[in-house]
Amino acid sequence: MAEYIIETNKGKWEIVVGLEIHCQIISKSKIFSSASTEFGDDPNVNVSFVDAGMPGMLPTLNKECVHQAVKTGLGLNAKINKYSEFSRKNYFYADMPTDYQITQFRYPIVGEGEITIDLSDGTTKKIGIERMHIEQDAGKSIHDLNPTKSYIDLNRAGVGLMEIVTKPDFRAPEEAGAFLRKLRSILRYLGTCDGNMDEGSMRCDVNVSVRPYGSNELRPRGEMKNVNSVKFVMQAIESEAKRHIEVYENGGQIEQETRQFDPATGQSKLMRKKEFAHDYRYFPEPDLPPLVLSDEYINTVRAEMIELPDAKKQRFVETLGLTPYDAMVLCENKEYAAFFEQAAQGHDAKKVANWMMGDFFAMLNKKRLDISQSPVSAENLGNLVELISKDVISGKIAKDVFEIMSETGEDPEKIVEEKGLKQVTDTGTIETIINEVIASNPDNVAAYKNGKTNLAGWFVGQVIKMSKGKANPSIVNKLIREKLDQ
Amino acid sequence: MAIDNQTVRKIAFLSRLKVEDDKIEPTKEEFNKILNWIEELNEVNTDTVEPLISVNDVTLKMREDKVTSGNCKDEVLKNAPAAEYDYFAVPKVVE
Repeated sequence: MAEYIIETNKGKWEIVVGLEIHCQIISKSKIFSSASTEFGDDPNVNVSFVDAGMPGMLPTLNKECVHQAVKTGLGLNAKINKYSEFSRKNYFYADMPTDYQITQFRYPIVGEGEITIDLSDGTTKKIGIERMHIEQDAGKSIHDLNPTKSYIDLNRAGVGLMEIVTKPDFRAPEEAGAFLRKLRSILRYLGTCDGNMDEGSMRCDVNVSVRPYGSNELRPRGEMKNVNSVKFVMQAIESEAKRHIEVYENGGQIEQETRQFDPATGQSKLMRKKEFAHDYRYFPEPDLPPLVLSDEYINTVRAEMIELPDAKKQRFVETLGLTPYDAMVLCENKEYAAFFEQAAQGHDAKKVANWMMGDFFAMLNKKRLDISQSPVSAENLGNLVELISKDVISGKIAKDVFEIMSETGEDPEKIVEEKGLKQVTDTGTIETIINEVIASNPDNVAAYKNGKTNLAGWFVGQVIKMSKGKANPSIVNKLIREKLDQ
Repeated sequence: MAIDNQTVRKIAFLSRLKVEDDKIEPTKEEFNKILNWIEELNEVNTDTVEPLISVNDVTLKMREDKVTSGNCKDEVLKNAPAAEYDYFAVPKVVE
């Protein structure tokens, strides 16, 4: 990809960015308690005495959360650590009743890995994963219901989280955006996190620093907490980098600090400086012995792995002949890919992809429908393409048929049959129309013969129009030229 | 390692414990006594010994992913100093 360089009248700068992403684990019950993880219920109904931090209550680890974490680790092409430990991270906040979060510190469940991101110019880049650990989420504070009080809902307290930490490998805002989209796609394929940033089930902390272009130094970073959309993450990186450069170029220094990005202004504001940084006093969680996984267990999870977006994309390109871009768009979403594969079954895959990328997505967009609610089934889209491939209908008529399909959901063959839209390939019939067109346009025939050969296209158009779009264009084209050149 | 009065105040703050001014000095001495004793333990060479996480050599038992608790908001909120509209109500905290 083209390098991302911020150039001022004083010099050239590059950015160094790392991300920390909190992903809520999909499970029925919480990671250390058996209360429900349901989102959007009435306040404090999904809270057990463990979640409320009642004295004497003990955490018990949810098997499924471990399973989901291992699956995710494998999806990140990462090392699964057979030995991991839980620790207490101590801090005092109203939405955390125990005053400590059970997390993993020294020994996380997942070690180093990497994922490949797709960039807009068609290139790819590998982004390193530093680690991934599992921990519990905090409750939710609501600040706007009462002028002097904050309200606390503990439904979210104790929901399992996977915290993914990347290496500081990003050199452009676009790369961070591409990473989040790829990560979300992998998580959704695996069914380990729903990846909805706007609902907070995937939350991103962004660490930004800058350095003179071409240097290797690592300067102090600004950390922006909980940026809640891909777009905002990209904006936050840009504005934070510009702030650093301005400070440096005016002779100042950047101190490590925590900031809050405000999407309304596109700027970040200071939350706390390093000297007020939390002192977490991590220590091993005495209520949970270390987590030890066997090779056998890890292999069982490995055996459950499905084809992930990158592998699917490669297969679509190599064996189905799709362009890398089409393959990427279709594979980003598991449902799109499944729909495509079903539609392409036995038909021209490249054409099916074109239809999906064009009229099909446009139709879903216009009707504001999810692909699962599409009135046009995968089979019927495949059948429509087949009708074009077999010259039963022209591409132009196919668009009309698709219109009808998206209203009625009917089988295209039935529509073509009932409306009499079958393409005319019988040369006799076409010749009759051609003769008629030629007879009624002597001026244009003369002009053609005098050298205005591009009028051939006009004749083709007239014939097709007279046939109500049913005459096969390539046959018309061939016959017209034969007639006119006689 | 000896700690000073300032560290005692910091630890008290982090622990949310109120230590009166006249108790800082005695607390510091108590801390240092404990730390001195631990210093003695540091004399033992443990280079080849893995840290002990637990004295119980047990493996972690895991629970099936089933919802068997919750739905007890009245009990959960019963001990709260203040609860409003089924939320815990606390002094405004905006960071």
